[in-house]
Amino acid sequence: MTRADAVALVADALASDWLAIACNGMISRELFAHADAPTRFYMVGSMGLASSIGLGVAIVQPARTVVVFDGDGNVLMNMSALGSVAAAAPRNLYHVVFDNGSHESTGGQATISNRVPIEEVAAAAGYRSAVRVADDGTLAGVLRTFFAEPGPAMLLITVERGNQPGIGRVTVEPRQLAARFRAAATGR
Amino acid sequence: MGSASRQLVDLLDDHGYTFFTGVPCSFFAGVLRILEGEPRYGYVGAVREDCALGLAAGAYLGGRQPVVFMQNSGLGVSVNAIVSLNQIYDIPALLVVSWRGQRATDAPEHLIMGAMMEDFLRLLGIPFNVFERGTIERDIAALTDTMRSTHKPVALIVVEGELQR
Repeated sequence: MTRADAVALVADALASDWLAIACNGMISRELFAHADAPTRFYMVGSMGLASSIGLGVAIVQPARTVVVFDGDGNVLMNMSALGSVAAAAPRNLYHVVFDNGSHESTGGQATISNRVPIEEVAAAAGYRSAVRVADDGTLAGVLRTFFAEPGPAMLLITVERGNQPGIGRVTVEPRQLAARFRAAATGR
Repeated sequence: MGSASRQLVDLLDDHGYTFFTGVPCSFFAGVLRILEGEPRYGYVGAVREDCALGLAAGAYLGGRQPVVFMQNSGLGVSVNAIVSLNQIYDIPALLVVSWRGQRATDAPEHLIMGAMMEDFLRLLGIPFNVFERGTIERDIAALTDTMRSTHKPVALIVVEGELQR
């Protein structure tokens, strides 16, 4: 399964009022290209902080479902954040990790996720659940129930390396992304 | 008049700060004792200073106005979050930063950051005031005005002394 296909499958499983935070790199670009919405925040810098941002949103908006679109490089860069998510234990936070074992945006250099199973780290830290899927049929099945169970929950999706040719950048200005997300999150 | 720590917490309350996170320092231990001791503040202890900025950014995006506490060692950890998250997305925060290494008698690991901290904050484009009890009401009001008009982080620098209790 390609990462772009996996991102699209997960995006299509979200209700329209759910809030999403996407990590920097191709994952943001793929989510933006597939289904942009004001409820989606694309983190273009600050690698490693997507789950912390998602946790902050989930804590202050406990009635809203919050989904973090993350990558293996991002999680590994700031693995301590898994502890903060587990400790705060927000029932409305879902952490989806697209794991291709590489830093695709910078030329495909290997990460260490082939030797460090991120979903096992999340489970050990105290996530309520953490599962790994590797094919689109299984992913479609898991997505039917994943968001119905309380979080914090991790869904790690093993995806192929490689980028979608010609994929664009996130074209909305950062300050505009923040303003529209805050309006969508607060109804103001 | 109560303690300086109580006064600062009340001022933050009065100025509309509604989310508190950070990593501790003994210089503002008295403030954290209040924030952690009273559930209405919902203080979230962070594991790293850049994670605290991420949490604070999320809280801001969710409608709150955050305060982030850190030792000045954490400023180094936070640089990328400040410049590639807060400052480009217009995500404001009040940083409360302790000034370790202000005096040459402090521990060696604090001396270099302590000596460069003011220049470092100016280089990062973070307006700041140094805590003094006599001017704190005015300083919090001014920092908050600047933060709200620029939508960027500002800092209150805390020296050794009254906020430890």
